[in-house]
Amino acid sequence: MSAAATALRAPGAERPVLRERGQREVFCGLTGIVWLHRKMRDAFFLVVGSRTCAHLLQSAAGVMIFAEPRFATAIIDERDLAGMADANAELDRVVARLLERRPDIGLLFLVGSCPSEVIKLDLARAAKRLDRTASPGVRVLHYSGSGIETTFTQGEDACLAALVPEMPAEAPEAPRSLLVVGALAEVVEDQMRRVFAALGIGPVRFLPPRLAAELPPVGPRTDFLLAQPFLAETARVLEERGATRIGAPFPLGAEGTTLWLRAAADAWGVPPARFREATAAGEKRAREAVGRHRAALAGQRVFFFPDSQLEIPMARFLARELGMEPIEVGTPYLHRQHLAEELELLPAGTALSEGQHVERQLDRCRAAKPDLVVCGLGLANPLEAEGIATKWSIELVFTPVQGYDQAGDLAALFTRPLDRRARLRV
Amino acid sequence: MQLALWTYEGPPHVGAMRVAAAMEGVHYVLHAPQGDTYADLLFTMIERSGKRPPVTYTTFQARDLGGDTAELFKATALDAWERFRPQALLVGSSCTAELIQDDPGGLARALGLPVPVVPVELPAYQKKENWGAAETFYQLVRAFAGSRGADDAPRTGGKPSCNILGPTALGFRHRDDLIEVRAMLDRLGVAVNVVAPLGASPADLTRLGEADFNVVLYPEVAGQAARWLERNFRQPATRTVPIGVGATRDFMAEVAALAGIDAPPDEDPSRLPWYSRSVDSTYLTGKRVFVFGDATHAVAAARVARDELGFAVVGLGTYSREFAREVREAARGHGVEALIADDYLDVEQQIAELRPDLVLGTQMERHVAKKHGIPCAVISAPVHVQDFPARHSPQMGAEGANVLFDTWVHPLMMGLEEHLLGMFRDDPEFGEGAAPSHLGAAVEAPLPAVGDAVGWAADAEQELRKIPFFVRGKARRNTERFALERGVGTITVETLYDAKAHYAR
Repeated sequence: MSAAATALRAPGAERPVLRERGQREVFCGLTGIVWLHRKMRDAFFLVVGSRTCAHLLQSAAGVMIFAEPRFATAIIDERDLAGMADANAELDRVVARLLERRPDIGLLFLVGSCPSEVIKLDLARAAKRLDRTASPGVRVLHYSGSGIETTFTQGEDACLAALVPEMPAEAPEAPRSLLVVGALAEVVEDQMRRVFAALGIGPVRFLPPRLAAELPPVGPRTDFLLAQPFLAETARVLEERGATRIGAPFPLGAEGTTLWLRAAADAWGVPPARFREATAAGEKRAREAVGRHRAALAGQRVFFFPDSQLEIPMARFLARELGMEPIEVGTPYLHRQHLAEELELLPAGTALSEGQHVERQLDRCRAAKPDLVVCGLGLANPLEAEGIATKWSIELVFTPVQGYDQAGDLAALFTRPLDRRARLRV
Repeated sequence: MQLALWTYEGPPHVGAMRVAAAMEGVHYVLHAPQGDTYADLLFTMIERSGKRPPVTYTTFQARDLGGDTAELFKATALDAWERFRPQALLVGSSCTAELIQDDPGGLARALGLPVPVVPVELPAYQKKENWGAAETFYQLVRAFAGSRGADDAPRTGGKPSCNILGPTALGFRHRDDLIEVRAMLDRLGVAVNVVAPLGASPADLTRLGEADFNVVLYPEVAGQAARWLERNFRQPATRTVPIGVGATRDFMAEVAALAGIDAPPDEDPSRLPWYSRSVDSTYLTGKRVFVFGDATHAVAAARVARDELGFAVVGLGTYSREFAREVREAARGHGVEALIADDYLDVEQQIAELRPDLVLGTQMERHVAKKHGIPCAVISAPVHVQDFPARHSPQMGAEGANVLFDTWVHPLMMGLEEHLLGMFRDDPEFGEGAAPSHLGAAVEAPLPAVGDAVGWAADAEQELRKIPFFVRGKARRNTERFALERGVGTITVETLYDAKAHYAR
């Protein structure tokens, strides 16, 4: 394990970042399937992998979800390892059986895993072949969610990036449009649609769409706003299609949501008075909702273990709107360009770390004695048993938290573990 | 390639983790990519463990594959040894590392660590979790118990003694079963030498040979190790798993025989026999039950269901392919054909066809049963957070039998309530979908139609609705099948009652 913990100067933000290499207590990119398959109702995710992949998917959310899911695993066995030709024929057979069973599938993702990458099973070619031969009306795409290449939310990035080449080109005389990128809860999308309408920004479209068959168009007249901080590859390929990224902090908390909306409003030349009119009520509601949690959280010291890449925007929200003190903010990967606006808002002196050596990070965490630790499910109960309050980070991904009307809910996620400890007398 | 939606067992290295996490002083260095750490949450969340499992993952990435993953393994193993100072290091690969063939055993030995290194090779593309647990336990037993010759092991001479083999971390009620079995052995006057893997250290394993015999609680985990001990230390092993009143009695007799002591007096402290004979239980008679789980729990549950609760076993199956022979044999004893399957869709199909009154299964069958509106009790892993109740809730021994009675009977409609629902089905409080009052709402699952060839006359349809909802689906299917077989195009009230008479044989 390389002890390469080097302090670097982050360009664009004068902050040292501790970069670490070692055991990572994080999910792989396959985990994104758990929410993506619910988001796109006509899409099915077929992981080509091992029994471990299948077991991860049924365990990842901390519970087993037993409604018949729109995902499955084609489990590679020793016969497939004997020869590549066999593995492709086997994959065709599995896909045929799946499509026969699920005629409702409009888009099938072949999702690469660690084993499929290591044996160099060419899923790009397999997807092309199956796209031609599978049932009419079924598109077949591929992306990799493997742990050797992707960390947790990077799986969503890879999935959305795979959709971008499929997006229709916008018509030559199409009006300017706004694309919001990143899987969001439907209630959040609907709220955002209403605010953009009030701002006179439109048409507004979302990626991923609720139906994979309804991919939005893209082209040089498209501006896009990232709703999630982990979409580096998706942003890159959207730019390749001619779209322009509007840089902004992320829509978490009252301030974050206002700045995110304002970035779009500025790009579209919305007059300040109209902006205030369209956002004032929502922002006021959000500030009041968040404010109710301030007493419980102000002055509390918070430590983030790396998980979803949401850590920096979350820390910014907790520091600026709730008065918490972030001690260390760990992130699996720090995209300096997409997070430039966030890093500027983060309090000076907040320690940042990228990557992970979980044992050393636990040492730092215990030494720092934080009031609240944001971490994954593998660490939460052991830290609680040591007397340290924790917030499961996966809930930040699985809960609607973006936008004005979720800002209070987001604050409540951090209050609840402290509130619970205060109530218990056992 | 096999298409899997849900799996009954994890990969074999998760079995190895269950052994390592159960023991003291063992640390497992696993050559694995990032993401495989998800397995930690099985222990910390499902079992609510306050400790992280003793596992260090190498976390190799794509960019390491062209470089030196072997060096990464060595550095990780050294780091883990320095940090955790275990008595023994278990080393191995997960599915992805198996493909890159780095030989963790050889690499770890080359480090010259001052503690034993036990390599476990778990073929991830052939084998599954329970096999992995059994193989890991066997390798540990060989490595430590085998370090002493059979003849060095002094038998205690005085009180007979045994080892208890099989309980692991993340096991279905292993924690509670162990308490019951210890108490039984204590009543018999048999000393417990070592319990393993749960709570044992490598040093404890070196003492395994000192016992007179072995008690094997879970053959899926401990069978292989017990056979090795039998060969090398002439330690016989128990064959009976004490789940249910009869099996507990047989187990006590078997232990007494192995210990060379008098069989215990036949006094059964379980309430199950009287509860089962009490008149309230009459309504349990002949309830049709479908049983599925790991081999040990499924076979035991089928015996209890038939002999101790008076149910009729209409289906018996397992996902433990390694024990298919034993389960087939047990199924023959119940007059059914065993279902050996690890695809839950196959199990669901059989449940849908059989329409049993009760399903005894795993968490998968619990969800299948819920979907089909059939009562269900869980008898086996794969485990769920609910399978680690705060209270003592064993499956084995006298108290285990009490637990079985309660957990299997409570999901069923209570006797008089069942009659009242049948007699006064027009009472609005008993309306559509009324479930037993102690269970909350259940839903009637849509049934696949037998065929389009039969139709229902309006009055017959009306009559069908008077049949309580929980048997209505079965009545509809049976009547349609009856009509189809006799070429009846339209089902009348007469057909309905003819079919009822026919199936009531």
